[in-house]
Amino acid sequence: MNSQNAVELHDVQMHFNMSKEKLENLKEYFIKMVTHKLMYEDYTALDGVSFEVKKGDIFGIVGLNGSGKSTTLKLISGILSPTRGTVETQGTIAPLIELGAGFDMELTARENIYLNGSVLGYSRKYMDQKFDEIVEFSEMREFLDTPMKNYSSGMVARIGFAIATMTKPDILIVDEILAVGDFHFQEKCENRISGLMGGDTTVIIVSHAIEQIERLCKHCVWLEKGRVKMIGNAKEVCEAYKST
Amino acid sequence: MNQQKGIKRFFADFKKFFPLLLNLAGKDFKLKYRRSILGVLWSILNPLLTMIIITRVFGILLKVQVENFATYYLLGYTLWTFFSESTTNSMSSIVSGAPLIKKVYIPKYVFPVEKCLFSLINFGFSLIAVLLVMLLQGVYPTPVSLLVFLPVLYCFLFCVGFSLILSALTVYFRDIMHLYSVLLTIWMYLTPIIYPMSILKDHDKAIAIVHCNPMYYFVEYFRAVMMHGSDPIAYPVPSFAFNMVCLAIGLGTLVLGGLVFSRAQKRFILHI
Repeated sequence: MNSQNAVELHDVQMHFNMSKEKLENLKEYFIKMVTHKLMYEDYTALDGVSFEVKKGDIFGIVGLNGSGKSTTLKLISGILSPTRGTVETQGTIAPLIELGAGFDMELTARENIYLNGSVLGYSRKYMDQKFDEIVEFSEMREFLDTPMKNYSSGMVARIGFAIATMTKPDILIVDEILAVGDFHFQEKCENRISGLMGGDTTVIIVSHAIEQIERLCKHCVWLEKGRVKMIGNAKEVCEAYKST
Repeated sequence: MNQQKGIKRFFADFKKFFPLLLNLAGKDFKLKYRRSILGVLWSILNPLLTMIIITRVFGILLKVQVENFATYYLLGYTLWTFFSESTTNSMSSIVSGAPLIKKVYIPKYVFPVEKCLFSLINFGFSLIAVLLVMLLQGVYPTPVSLLVFLPVLYCFLFCVGFSLILSALTVYFRDIMHLYSVLLTIWMYLTPIIYPMSILKDHDKAIAIVHCNPMYYFVEYFRAVMMHGSDPIAYPVPSFAFNMVCLAIGLGTLVLGGLVFSRAQKRFILHI
Protein backbone atom coordinates (compact mmCIF):
# COMPACT_ATOMS: atom_id res chain seq x y z
CA MET A 1 0.00 0.00 0.00
CA ASN A 2 1.24 3.46 -0.93
CA SER A 3 2.36 5.30 2.21
CA GLN A 4 0.79 8.50 0.88
CA ASN A 5 -2.65 6.96 1.03
CA ALA A 6 -4.97 6.59 4.00
CA VAL A 7 -7.45 4.30 2.28
CA GLU A 8 -7.10 2.08 -0.76
CA LEU A 9 -9.82 0.02 -2.38
CA HIS A 10 -8.81 -2.42 -5.08
CA ASP A 11 -11.45 -3.91 -7.31
CA VAL A 12 -13.84 -4.39 -4.44
CA GLN A 13 -16.89 -6.51 -4.91
CA MET A 14 -19.51 -6.98 -2.24
CA HIS A 15 -22.18 -9.63 -2.48
CA PHE A 16 -25.03 -10.09 -0.12
CA ASN A 17 -26.77 -13.42 0.02
CA MET A 18 -30.19 -12.16 0.76
CA SER A 19 -32.26 -15.15 1.60
CA LYS A 20 -35.66 -14.50 0.11
CA GLU A 21 -37.49 -15.11 3.32
CA LYS A 22 -35.60 -14.80 6.50
CA LEU A 23 -35.32 -18.31 7.86
CA GLU A 24 -34.88 -18.07 11.54
CA ASN A 25 -36.09 -21.40 12.56
CA LEU A 26 -34.51 -24.79 12.43
CA LYS A 27 -37.45 -26.78 11.18
CA GLU A 28 -38.00 -24.54 8.20
CA TYR A 29 -34.31 -24.56 7.47
CA PHE A 30 -34.14 -28.32 7.29
CA ILE A 31 -37.29 -28.67 5.26
CA LYS A 32 -36.03 -26.15 2.74
CA MET A 33 -32.60 -27.70 2.68
CA VAL A 34 -33.93 -31.15 2.02
CA THR A 35 -36.31 -29.96 -0.66
CA HIS A 36 -33.56 -27.78 -2.19
CA LYS A 37 -35.60 -24.70 -1.81
CA LEU A 38 -33.00 -22.65 -0.03
CA MET A 39 -33.11 -19.76 -2.37
CA TYR A 40 -30.67 -17.01 -2.19
CA GLU A 41 -30.98 -13.86 -4.10
CA ASP A 42 -27.54 -12.68 -4.86
CA TYR A 43 -27.35 -8.96 -4.52
CA THR A 44 -24.24 -7.14 -5.65
CA ALA A 45 -23.91 -3.95 -3.67
CA LEU A 46 -20.49 -3.01 -5.03
CA ASP A 47 -18.79 -4.22 -8.14
CA GLY A 48 -15.24 -3.50 -9.19
CA VAL A 49 -14.87 -0.39 -7.09
CA SER A 50 -11.35 0.98 -6.83
CA PHE A 51 -10.24 4.30 -5.49
CA GLU A 52 -7.71 5.71 -3.12
CA VAL A 53 -7.90 8.50 -0.61
CA LYS A 54 -4.77 10.51 0.12
CA LYS A 55 -3.73 11.28 3.66
CA GLY A 56 -5.21 14.55 4.88
CA ASP A 57 -7.81 14.62 2.14
CA ILE A 58 -11.45 15.48 2.69
CA PHE A 59 -13.17 12.94 0.54
CA GLY A 60 -16.84 12.87 -0.36
CA ILE A 61 -19.00 10.01 -1.61
CA VAL A 62 -22.18 10.90 -3.48
CA GLY A 63 -24.82 8.82 -5.20
CA LEU A 64 -28.47 7.94 -5.11
CA ASN A 65 -30.05 5.73 -2.49
CA GLY A 66 -28.84 2.15 -2.87
CA SER A 67 -25.77 3.07 -4.87
CA GLY A 68 -23.46 1.51 -2.29
CA LYS A 69 -22.32 4.53 -0.28
CA SER A 70 -22.99 3.11 3.14
CA THR A 71 -21.60 -0.28 2.15
CA THR A 72 -18.39 1.46 1.12
CA LEU A 73 -18.14 3.20 4.47
CA LYS A 74 -18.77 -0.05 6.31
CA LEU A 75 -16.02 -1.73 4.32
CA ILE A 76 -13.59 1.06 5.15
CA SER A 77 -14.39 0.98 8.85
CA GLY A 78 -13.99 -2.80 8.94
CA ILE A 79 -17.56 -3.72 9.82
CA LEU A 80 -17.94 -5.64 6.56
CA SER A 81 -15.28 -7.53 4.71
CA PRO A 82 -15.38 -7.57 0.91
CA THR A 83 -16.36 -10.65 -1.09
CA ARG A 84 -13.57 -9.98 -3.54
CA GLY A 85 -10.79 -7.44 -3.75
CA THR A 86 -9.02 -5.67 -0.92
CA VAL A 87 -9.66 -2.76 1.37
CA GLU A 88 -6.58 -1.33 3.04
CA THR A 89 -6.44 1.42 5.60
CA GLN A 90 -3.65 3.11 7.50
CA GLY A 91 -4.10 4.50 10.99
CA THR A 92 -6.89 4.70 13.53
CA ILE A 93 -10.45 5.03 12.33
CA ALA A 94 -13.17 6.89 14.18
CA PRO A 95 -16.59 6.19 12.79
CA LEU A 96 -19.22 8.77 13.58
CA ILE A 97 -21.79 6.53 15.10
CA GLU A 98 -25.24 7.20 13.80
CA LEU A 99 -27.75 8.74 16.10
CA GLY A 100 -27.70 7.01 19.42
CA ALA A 101 -26.30 3.71 18.22
CA GLY A 102 -23.62 3.49 20.87
CA PHE A 103 -25.74 4.90 23.63
CA ASP A 104 -27.85 3.19 26.21
CA MET A 105 -30.82 5.44 26.69
CA GLU A 106 -31.32 4.38 30.30
CA LEU A 107 -27.93 5.73 31.26
CA THR A 108 -27.10 9.37 31.89
CA ALA A 109 -25.03 11.38 29.44
CA ARG A 110 -22.04 11.20 31.76
CA GLU A 111 -22.16 7.40 31.84
CA ASN A 112 -22.77 7.25 28.12
CA ILE A 113 -19.73 9.35 27.31
CA TYR A 114 -17.52 6.83 29.06
CA LEU A 115 -19.36 3.87 27.57
CA ASN A 116 -19.11 5.30 24.08
CA GLY A 117 -15.46 6.12 24.55
CA SER A 118 -14.77 2.48 25.31
CA VAL A 119 -16.81 1.42 22.28
CA LEU A 120 -14.32 3.40 20.23
CA GLY A 121 -11.48 1.75 22.12
CA TYR A 122 -10.32 4.57 24.39
CA SER A 123 -9.15 3.93 27.92
CA ARG A 124 -10.87 5.38 30.96
CA LYS A 125 -7.87 7.54 31.79
CA TYR A 126 -7.94 9.05 28.33
CA MET A 127 -11.65 9.76 28.63
CA ASP A 128 -11.10 11.46 31.98
CA GLN A 129 -8.75 13.87 30.26
CA LYS A 130 -11.12 14.56 27.41
CA PHE A 131 -14.34 14.62 29.39
CA ASP A 132 -14.56 18.38 29.89
CA GLU A 133 -13.73 19.07 26.30
CA ILE A 134 -16.57 16.83 25.14
CA VAL A 135 -19.07 18.40 27.51
CA GLU A 136 -18.00 21.86 26.49
CA PHE A 137 -18.32 21.19 22.80
CA SER A 138 -21.72 19.55 23.10
CA GLU A 139 -22.99 22.39 25.37
CA MET A 140 -24.85 19.82 27.44
CA ARG A 141 -23.34 20.43 30.85
CA GLU A 142 -26.63 21.10 32.63
CA PHE A 143 -28.14 17.82 31.40
CA LEU A 144 -25.15 15.65 32.20
CA ASP A 145 -26.91 13.57 34.82
CA THR A 146 -30.21 13.20 33.01
CA PRO A 147 -30.96 9.79 31.49
CA MET A 148 -30.54 10.07 27.75
CA LYS A 149 -34.04 8.79 27.03
CA ASN A 150 -35.17 12.29 27.97
CA TYR A 151 -32.92 13.89 25.37
CA SER A 152 -34.06 15.13 22.00
CA SER A 153 -32.44 13.57 18.94
CA GLY A 154 -30.47 16.73 18.31
CA MET A 155 -29.04 16.63 21.81
CA VAL A 156 -28.04 13.01 21.39
CA ALA A 157 -26.33 13.86 18.11
CA ARG A 158 -24.34 16.64 19.73
CA ILE A 159 -22.84 14.31 22.28
CA GLY A 160 -22.13 11.69 19.64
CA PHE A 161 -20.34 14.17 17.43
CA ALA A 162 -18.35 15.59 20.32
CA ILE A 163 -17.08 12.14 21.30
CA ALA A 164 -16.13 11.08 17.80
CA THR A 165 -14.16 14.23 17.04
CA MET A 166 -12.57 14.96 20.40
CA THR A 167 -9.49 13.08 19.43
CA LYS A 168 -7.60 13.49 16.21
CA PRO A 169 -8.18 10.16 14.50
CA ASP A 170 -6.23 9.37 11.35
CA ILE A 171 -9.44 8.67 9.49
CA LEU A 172 -12.81 10.14 10.38
CA ILE A 173 -15.91 8.67 8.81
CA VAL A 174 -19.02 10.83 8.65
CA ASP A 175 -22.31 9.37 7.48
CA GLU A 176 -25.10 11.91 7.05
CA ILE A 177 -24.73 12.99 10.63
CA LEU A 178 -24.39 16.65 9.81
CA ALA A 179 -28.06 16.74 8.90
CA VAL A 180 -29.05 16.86 12.55
CA GLY A 181 -28.90 19.55 15.15
CA ASP A 182 -29.86 23.18 14.72
CA PHE A 183 -28.06 25.40 12.22
CA HIS A 184 -25.86 26.79 14.93
CA PHE A 185 -24.58 23.36 15.87
CA GLN A 186 -24.25 22.28 12.24
CA GLU A 187 -21.98 25.22 11.71
CA LYS A 188 -19.96 24.21 14.72
CA CYS A 189 -19.62 20.68 13.37
CA GLU A 190 -18.47 21.93 10.01
CA ASN A 191 -15.91 24.15 11.66
CA ARG A 192 -14.65 21.21 13.61
CA ILE A 193 -14.30 19.12 10.49
CA SER A 194 -12.53 21.97 8.72
CA GLY A 195 -10.30 22.22 11.76
CA LEU A 196 -9.39 18.57 11.39
CA MET A 197 -8.51 19.30 7.77
CA GLY A 198 -5.52 21.34 8.91
CA GLY A 199 -4.06 18.29 10.63
CA ASP A 200 -3.28 14.94 9.09
CA THR A 201 -6.78 13.62 9.57
CA THR A 202 -8.41 12.13 6.53
CA VAL A 203 -12.15 12.74 6.46
CA ILE A 204 -14.59 10.66 4.46
CA ILE A 205 -18.08 12.07 4.15
CA VAL A 206 -21.29 10.61 2.79
CA SER A 207 -24.10 13.07 2.39
CA HIS A 208 -27.13 13.87 0.32
CA ALA A 209 -26.59 17.54 0.98
CA ILE A 210 -24.58 18.07 -2.16
CA GLU A 211 -23.71 21.68 -1.31
CA GLN A 212 -22.07 20.47 1.86
CA ILE A 213 -19.87 18.07 -0.07
CA GLU A 214 -18.98 20.78 -2.55
CA ARG A 215 -18.07 23.17 0.22
CA LEU A 216 -16.11 20.80 2.45
CA CYS A 217 -14.47 18.24 0.19
CA LYS A 218 -11.44 18.34 -2.03
CA HIS A 219 -12.08 15.10 -3.86
CA CYS A 220 -15.18 13.11 -4.47
CA VAL A 221 -16.38 9.84 -5.91
CA TRP A 222 -19.77 9.32 -7.51
CA LEU A 223 -21.21 5.86 -7.16
CA GLU A 224 -23.99 4.54 -9.32
CA LYS A 225 -25.48 1.09 -8.83
CA GLY A 226 -22.37 -0.15 -7.09
CA ARG A 227 -19.91 1.11 -9.68
CA VAL A 228 -17.71 4.15 -9.84
CA LYS A 229 -19.31 6.58 -12.24
CA MET A 230 -16.91 9.43 -11.79
CA ILE A 231 -14.03 10.34 -9.54
CA GLY A 232 -11.93 13.43 -9.12
CA ASN A 233 -12.17 17.03 -8.05
CA ALA A 234 -15.16 17.56 -5.76
CA LYS A 235 -16.55 20.56 -7.65
CA GLU A 236 -16.48 18.83 -11.02
CA VAL A 237 -17.99 15.61 -9.74
CA CYS A 238 -20.75 17.45 -7.89
CA GLU A 239 -21.55 19.53 -10.97
CA ALA A 240 -21.88 16.41 -13.05
CA TYR A 241 -23.93 14.68 -10.39
CA LYS A 242 -26.31 17.60 -10.04
CA SER A 243 -26.87 17.87 -13.77
CA THR A 244 -28.29 14.35 -14.02
CA MET B 1 1.94 -15.54 8.17
CA ASN B 2 -1.69 -14.62 7.87
CA GLN B 3 -2.56 -16.64 10.91
CA GLN B 4 0.16 -14.98 12.94
CA LYS B 5 -1.23 -11.62 11.96
CA GLY B 6 -4.66 -12.78 13.07
CA ILE B 7 -3.43 -13.79 16.50
CA LYS B 8 -1.54 -10.53 16.92
CA ARG B 9 -4.61 -8.61 15.96
CA PHE B 10 -6.66 -10.62 18.42
CA PHE B 11 -4.46 -9.62 21.34
CA ALA B 12 -4.23 -5.99 20.23
CA ASP B 13 -8.01 -5.89 19.99
CA PHE B 14 -8.45 -7.56 23.32
CA LYS B 15 -6.27 -4.99 25.01
CA LYS B 16 -8.02 -2.13 23.28
CA PHE B 17 -11.51 -3.32 24.05
CA PHE B 18 -10.99 -4.69 27.55
CA PRO B 19 -12.30 -1.44 29.11
CA LEU B 20 -15.41 -1.84 26.97
CA LEU B 21 -15.95 -5.28 28.46
CA LEU B 22 -15.77 -3.89 31.97
CA ASN B 23 -17.92 -0.88 31.11
CA LEU B 24 -20.68 -3.01 29.60
CA ALA B 25 -20.74 -5.37 32.56
CA GLY B 26 -20.78 -2.37 34.89
CA LYS B 27 -23.62 -0.86 32.90
CA ASP B 28 -25.70 -4.04 33.18
CA PHE B 29 -25.10 -4.11 36.89
CA LYS B 30 -26.05 -0.46 37.36
CA LEU B 31 -29.21 -0.83 35.31
CA LYS B 32 -30.25 -3.96 37.15
CA TYR B 33 -30.58 -2.12 40.44
CA ARG B 34 -31.33 1.40 39.34
CA ARG B 35 -34.43 2.75 41.08
CA SER B 36 -34.79 -0.15 43.46
CA ILE B 37 -34.60 0.97 47.07
CA LEU B 38 -32.54 -1.90 48.39
CA GLY B 39 -30.34 -1.90 45.28
CA VAL B 40 -27.37 -4.21 45.42
CA LEU B 41 -28.68 -5.75 48.63
CA TRP B 42 -31.08 -7.73 46.44
CA SER B 43 -28.16 -9.73 45.13
CA ILE B 44 -27.69 -11.05 48.64
CA LEU B 45 -31.33 -11.10 49.71
CA ASN B 46 -32.56 -13.03 46.69
CA PRO B 47 -30.53 -16.20 47.25
CA LEU B 48 -31.26 -15.96 50.96
CA LEU B 49 -35.01 -15.90 50.40
CA THR B 50 -34.86 -18.65 47.79
CA MET B 51 -32.81 -20.69 50.20
CA ILE B 52 -35.40 -20.37 52.96
CA ILE B 53 -38.21 -21.47 50.64
CA ILE B 54 -36.36 -24.35 49.08
CA THR B 55 -34.94 -25.79 52.26
CA ARG B 56 -38.38 -25.62 53.88
CA VAL B 57 -40.09 -27.26 50.93
CA PHE B 58 -37.54 -29.96 50.35
CA GLY B 59 -36.93 -30.50 54.02
CA ILE B 60 -40.60 -31.35 54.56
CA LEU B 61 -41.59 -32.91 51.24
CA LEU B 62 -38.62 -34.90 50.15
CA LYS B 63 -36.92 -35.79 53.36
CA VAL B 64 -33.57 -35.45 51.68
CA GLN B 65 -30.97 -36.96 53.94
CA VAL B 66 -28.09 -34.55 53.73
CA GLU B 67 -26.25 -32.96 56.59
CA ASN B 68 -26.45 -29.16 56.45
CA PHE B 69 -28.90 -29.30 53.60
CA ALA B 70 -29.31 -25.51 53.34
CA THR B 71 -25.60 -25.05 52.71
CA TYR B 72 -25.43 -28.08 50.48
CA TYR B 73 -28.28 -26.89 48.34
CA LEU B 74 -27.31 -23.25 48.23
CA LEU B 75 -23.76 -23.93 47.09
CA GLY B 76 -25.01 -25.96 44.15
CA TYR B 77 -27.79 -23.50 43.45
CA THR B 78 -25.58 -20.39 43.25
CA LEU B 79 -23.04 -22.02 40.95
CA TRP B 80 -25.85 -23.34 38.79
CA THR B 81 -27.46 -19.90 38.65
CA PHE B 82 -24.13 -18.48 37.54
CA PHE B 83 -24.05 -20.94 34.67
CA SER B 84 -27.68 -20.69 33.60
CA GLU B 85 -27.82 -16.91 33.90
CA SER B 86 -24.61 -16.27 32.00
CA THR B 87 -25.47 -18.60 29.13
CA THR B 88 -29.08 -17.44 28.86
CA ASN B 89 -28.05 -13.79 28.77
CA SER B 90 -25.21 -14.41 26.35
CA MET B 91 -27.38 -16.30 23.94
CA SER B 92 -29.28 -13.25 22.75
CA SER B 93 -26.38 -10.83 23.26
CA ILE B 94 -25.23 -10.73 19.64
CA VAL B 95 -28.74 -10.22 18.36
CA SER B 96 -29.43 -7.41 20.82
CA GLY B 97 -26.02 -5.89 20.18
CA ALA B 98 -26.97 -5.49 16.52
CA PRO B 99 -27.22 -1.67 16.54
CA LEU B 100 -23.60 -1.42 17.65
CA ILE B 101 -22.26 -4.25 15.52
CA LYS B 102 -23.74 -2.67 12.41
CA LYS B 103 -22.17 0.70 13.00
CA VAL B 104 -18.77 0.29 14.59
CA TYR B 105 -16.00 -2.24 14.47
CA ILE B 106 -15.92 -4.05 17.79
CA PRO B 107 -14.76 -7.63 18.32
CA LYS B 108 -18.06 -9.43 18.53
CA TYR B 109 -17.11 -11.82 21.30
CA VAL B 110 -17.26 -8.80 23.61
CA PHE B 111 -21.02 -9.26 23.91
CA PRO B 112 -21.27 -12.85 25.19
CA VAL B 113 -18.12 -12.50 27.30
CA GLU B 114 -19.50 -9.37 28.91
CA LYS B 115 -22.66 -11.22 29.93
CA CYS B 116 -20.57 -13.92 31.56
CA LEU B 117 -18.62 -11.28 33.42
CA PHE B 118 -21.84 -9.69 34.61
CA SER B 119 -23.06 -13.03 35.95
CA LEU B 120 -19.72 -13.52 37.66
CA ILE B 121 -20.24 -10.25 39.52
CA ASN B 122 -23.71 -11.37 40.59
CA PHE B 123 -22.27 -14.68 41.66
CA GLY B 124 -19.78 -12.85 43.86
CA PHE B 125 -22.61 -11.17 45.72
CA SER B 126 -24.56 -14.40 46.08
CA LEU B 127 -21.48 -15.90 47.63
CA ILE B 128 -21.90 -13.46 50.51
CA ALA B 129 -25.38 -14.88 51.10
CA VAL B 130 -23.98 -18.38 51.00
CA LEU B 131 -21.36 -17.49 53.57
CA LEU B 132 -24.08 -16.10 55.85
CA VAL B 133 -26.05 -19.33 55.63
CA MET B 134 -22.92 -21.36 56.23
CA LEU B 135 -22.15 -19.44 59.41
CA LEU B 136 -25.76 -19.80 60.56
CA GLN B 137 -25.59 -23.56 60.05
CA GLY B 138 -22.22 -23.81 61.72
CA VAL B 139 -20.37 -24.87 58.58
CA TYR B 140 -17.23 -22.86 58.95
CA PRO B 141 -14.84 -22.20 56.07
CA THR B 142 -11.35 -23.62 56.47
CA PRO B 143 -8.09 -22.65 54.78
CA VAL B 144 -9.07 -25.14 52.05
CA SER B 145 -11.97 -22.82 51.22
CA LEU B 146 -9.46 -20.34 49.86
CA LEU B 147 -9.23 -22.63 46.84
CA VAL B 148 -12.76 -21.54 45.93
CA PHE B 149 -11.45 -19.43 43.07
CA LEU B 150 -10.45 -22.61 41.22
CA PRO B 151 -13.89 -24.17 40.63
CA VAL B 152 -15.24 -20.69 39.85
CA LEU B 153 -12.49 -20.15 37.30
CA TYR B 154 -13.08 -23.55 35.67
CA CYS B 155 -16.80 -22.90 35.57
CA PHE B 156 -16.24 -19.41 34.13
CA LEU B 157 -14.13 -20.81 31.29
CA PHE B 158 -16.85 -23.33 30.59
CA CYS B 159 -19.56 -20.65 30.66
CA VAL B 160 -17.65 -18.40 28.25
CA GLY B 161 -16.98 -21.24 25.82
CA PHE B 162 -20.54 -22.47 25.91
CA SER B 163 -21.89 -18.92 25.59
CA LEU B 164 -19.78 -18.31 22.49
CA ILE B 165 -21.29 -21.35 20.82
CA LEU B 166 -24.84 -20.51 21.88
CA SER B 167 -24.69 -16.86 20.90
CA ALA B 168 -23.25 -17.68 17.48
CA LEU B 169 -25.90 -20.32 16.76
CA THR B 170 -28.70 -18.06 17.94
CA VAL B 171 -27.86 -15.55 15.22
CA TYR B 172 -28.79 -18.14 12.63
CA PHE B 173 -31.51 -20.03 14.46
CA ARG B 174 -33.59 -18.04 16.90
CA ASP B 175 -35.40 -21.22 17.98
CA ILE B 176 -32.52 -22.07 20.21
CA MET B 177 -33.65 -19.41 22.66
CA HIS B 178 -36.86 -21.29 23.33
CA LEU B 179 -35.31 -24.70 23.22
CA TYR B 180 -32.58 -23.78 25.66
CA SER B 181 -34.86 -23.08 28.61
CA VAL B 182 -36.20 -26.63 28.33
CA LEU B 183 -32.70 -28.00 28.04
CA LEU B 184 -31.66 -26.06 31.13
CA THR B 185 -34.41 -27.67 33.19
CA ILE B 186 -33.30 -31.16 32.21
CA TRP B 187 -29.69 -30.21 32.73
CA MET B 188 -30.40 -28.89 36.20
CA TYR B 189 -31.93 -32.16 37.30
CA LEU B 190 -28.91 -33.99 35.95
CA THR B 191 -26.75 -31.96 38.28
CA PRO B 192 -26.65 -32.90 41.96
CA ILE B 193 -28.08 -29.66 43.29
CA ILE B 194 -31.13 -30.62 45.34
CA TYR B 195 -30.17 -34.25 45.74
CA PRO B 196 -26.97 -35.91 46.96
CA MET B 197 -25.11 -38.30 44.68
CA SER B 198 -25.76 -41.05 47.22
CA ILE B 199 -29.42 -41.41 46.20
CA LEU B 200 -28.20 -42.61 42.79
CA LYS B 201 -26.06 -45.38 44.20
CA ASP B 202 -28.22 -48.19 42.83
CA HIS B 203 -28.65 -46.61 39.41
CA ASP B 204 -25.48 -47.14 37.42
CA LYS B 205 -26.94 -45.63 34.28
CA ALA B 206 -27.98 -42.45 36.04
CA ILE B 207 -24.52 -42.11 37.57
CA ALA B 208 -22.91 -42.55 34.17
CA ILE B 209 -25.10 -39.83 32.74
CA VAL B 210 -24.38 -37.43 35.57
CA HIS B 211 -20.67 -38.10 35.11
CA CYS B 212 -20.97 -36.84 31.54
CA ASN B 213 -22.30 -33.56 32.84
CA PRO B 214 -19.57 -30.89 33.10
CA MET B 215 -21.52 -28.98 35.72
CA TYR B 216 -21.36 -32.01 38.01
CA TYR B 217 -17.61 -31.62 38.39
CA PHE B 218 -17.70 -27.91 39.08
CA VAL B 219 -20.49 -28.23 41.63
CA GLU B 220 -18.78 -31.10 43.42
CA TYR B 221 -15.50 -29.21 43.51
CA PHE B 222 -17.17 -26.04 44.74
CA ARG B 223 -18.90 -27.90 47.55
CA ALA B 224 -15.81 -29.87 48.49
CA VAL B 225 -13.74 -26.77 49.20
CA MET B 226 -16.52 -24.86 50.91
CA MET B 227 -17.83 -27.70 53.10
CA HIS B 228 -14.51 -29.36 53.79
CA GLY B 229 -14.63 -28.11 57.39
CA SER B 230 -17.93 -29.83 58.19
CA ASP B 231 -16.92 -33.32 57.11
CA PRO B 232 -13.42 -33.78 55.62
CA ILE B 233 -14.22 -37.36 54.57
CA ALA B 234 -17.40 -36.57 52.63
CA TYR B 235 -15.82 -33.44 51.19
CA PRO B 236 -12.16 -34.23 50.53
CA VAL B 237 -9.74 -31.77 49.01
CA PRO B 238 -10.00 -32.30 45.23
CA SER B 239 -7.08 -34.25 43.83
CA PHE B 240 -4.70 -33.08 41.12
CA ALA B 241 -6.40 -35.40 38.64
CA PHE B 242 -9.79 -33.91 39.46
CA ASN B 243 -8.35 -30.45 38.86
CA MET B 244 -7.05 -31.54 35.49
CA VAL B 245 -10.44 -32.91 34.50
CA CYS B 246 -12.11 -29.63 35.41
CA LEU B 247 -9.47 -27.57 33.65
CA ALA B 248 -9.70 -29.74 30.55
CA ILE B 249 -13.47 -29.30 30.42
CA GLY B 250 -13.20 -25.55 30.90
CA LEU B 251 -10.38 -24.92 28.44
CA GLY B 252 -11.69 -27.44 25.92
CA THR B 253 -15.08 -25.75 25.82
CA LEU B 254 -13.46 -22.33 25.56
CA VAL B 255 -11.30 -23.36 22.60
CA LEU B 256 -14.21 -25.05 20.88
CA GLY B 257 -16.39 -22.01 21.50
CA GLY B 258 -13.69 -19.71 20.14
CA LEU B 259 -13.36 -21.77 16.97
CA VAL B 260 -17.10 -21.98 16.35
CA PHE B 261 -17.54 -18.29 17.06
CA SER B 262 -14.69 -17.05 14.91
CA ARG B 263 -15.96 -19.10 11.98
CA ALA B 264 -19.54 -17.96 12.40
CA GLN B 265 -18.96 -14.27 13.09
CA LYS B 266 -17.99 -13.30 9.55
CA ARG B 267 -21.58 -13.64 8.45
CA PHE B 268 -23.28 -12.25 11.56
CA ILE B 269 -23.80 -8.86 10.04
CA LEU B 270 -25.95 -10.28 7.27
CA HIS B 271 -28.28 -11.98 9.71
CA ILE B 272 -28.87 -9.49 12.49
